[in-house]
Amino acid sequence: MNRLLPILTVVAAIVAIWYVATIWMNAQWTRDQAERAGVELSFRDIVTDTLAQDRPVLPAPHQVVAELWQLTWVEETTGRRGIVKSGTLSNRSLVHHGWLTLSATALGFAIGTGLGFLLAVGIVHNRAMDLSVMPWAIASQTIPILAIAPMIIVVLASVGLTGIVPKAVISAYLSFFPVVVGMVKGLRSPEVAQLDLLRTYSASAAQAFWKLRLPASLPYLFASMKVGIAAALVGAIVGELPVQQGGLGARLLAGSYYGQTAQIWAALFTAAILAALLVGSVGAVERAVLRRQGMAR
Amino acid sequence: MIWLWGAILFWLAAWALNARLAAGPAARHPAVRLAIPALFGVTLLVLWEGIVRGLQVSPVILPAPTEIGATIAASLPILWGDFVQTIVKGALSGYVIGCSAAVATAIAIDRSPFLQRGLLPVGNFIAALPIVGTAPILVMWFGFDWQSKAAVVVVMVFFPVLVNTVAGLAASERMQRDLMATWSASYWQTLWKLRLPAAMPFIFNGLKIATTLALIGAIVAEFFGSPTRGMGFRISTAVGQLALPLVWAEIAVAALAGSAFYGLVAAIERGMTFWHPSQRGRP
Repeated sequence: MNRLLPILTVVAAIVAIWYVATIWMNAQWTRDQAERAGVELSFRDIVTDTLAQDRPVLPAPHQVVAELWQLTWVEETTGRRGIVKSGTLSNRSLVHHGWLTLSATALGFAIGTGLGFLLAVGIVHNRAMDLSVMPWAIASQTIPILAIAPMIIVVLASVGLTGIVPKAVISAYLSFFPVVVGMVKGLRSPEVAQLDLLRTYSASAAQAFWKLRLPASLPYLFASMKVGIAAALVGAIVGELPVQQGGLGARLLAGSYYGQTAQIWAALFTAAILAALLVGSVGAVERAVLRRQGMAR
Repeated sequence: MIWLWGAILFWLAAWALNARLAAGPAARHPAVRLAIPALFGVTLLVLWEGIVRGLQVSPVILPAPTEIGATIAASLPILWGDFVQTIVKGALSGYVIGCSAAVATAIAIDRSPFLQRGLLPVGNFIAALPIVGTAPILVMWFGFDWQSKAAVVVVMVFFPVLVNTVAGLAASERMQRDLMATWSASYWQTLWKLRLPAAMPFIFNGLKIATTLALIGAIVAEFFGSPTRGMGFRISTAVGQLALPLVWAEIAVAALAGSAFYGLVAAIERGMTFWHPSQRGRP
């Protein structure tokens, strides 16, 4: 409770600011409409109207929640194309689009983490690789990689790859470098005394890797996996922008074309919930593994 | 085919040289430490050129580095215009506004531990969200020109810098603060002379993360609408025309600008936090 109260206060403050901003930003349209109709508006009328517009500049929080509910539960249970009536997920619902984004994120994250892990092992065990690849891995962090996402999508489409794979490639690329940098740090984290001890046991490099370096690197691995999975989600969403084949990014762009602000915000919230779930599940695995290893903090 | 085998041969030779340099006695020399990654970079370019020419990869899929170089040289005015529009107007102004707002907010909530305990987890949470997604909304609010890009950048850089600054302001030790109190230093004197300098390594960490975010925000926001110039606009239209060399030229400019921006912030950090252990002992 002691930790929850401040957080709830801040969240409540954000929601309050949001409501005030909604009234302030939507008031212009309400006043224009009233002027055209020749009606005098009281402050009360402005408030009720701004919080219930069809295409508001800024939808109120309850409108966004209603849109979320409409596009998930209501669409699936009562919609003509919903899962109850048609047996498949409706292509209008955020469950369908969220699933498309999530599967691309998961595939890309698995590929990126796997490759990053292998490269980190190579860097730690091969000095030439360390000296030549590592500076580039660090420098590539400063490059706005997301900017080339549309090109990767279009190029892969021109060689016949469409659907989940191009998006997963971008996600993999984005989650790759945090894992490499974190893992190299982690695999190097055992102290010299510990490595020396293994040498006195005449342990081979492979044994030292499995019994000392890998367990010691786990906290670093999980820290960079949390960064990597958040980046993978962003990559999948941006990867959906250029080719409109569904997914949360496609919903964002469609909403911005047709001025459906509530739809944009609903897609944005779905993305936020997905991000929280993904980071949270990596955190849960981290806690479970570290507890088994006796490293829980 | 000769291109392909030549490139592979060059790669093997360069790798052997690198392996010898790295294992040799000169590996600790700064020049060698610079030469090894440089040689690796050159190898990648040669391999790229060789594969593209040897396998006759269509330039629509992957243009050769020489072709990209020629495009850069031929379209300097376009690249410069896009650079000014996206990096200078969009990313840089948003970066300055967002980072100063974040530091100011951190100082404002510094006196209230209650607000800090509430704002830190929320800030950490928001920093992990796909904030790029707010780009269509902000483009709708602030119009197509650079102001909306700057707004996206402000939102993207705000929370990482805020979280780092709040953590930094808590970094000075109890003893040091007590010492300031025995000198009857006021709150602002303590802040200015002890806590802000002690927070600098943390603030710069946030500022360095924010450089990349600023460029990403400015470029991606242009995919949602922009005037007829800008790096994001050029990338999306050139991809549509399959003018891939121009896209790669823009990417090269973005990469150079990103590295230069990061290097600049890192250089300022080295000048301002020369006393910190992580900066000492470097040549």
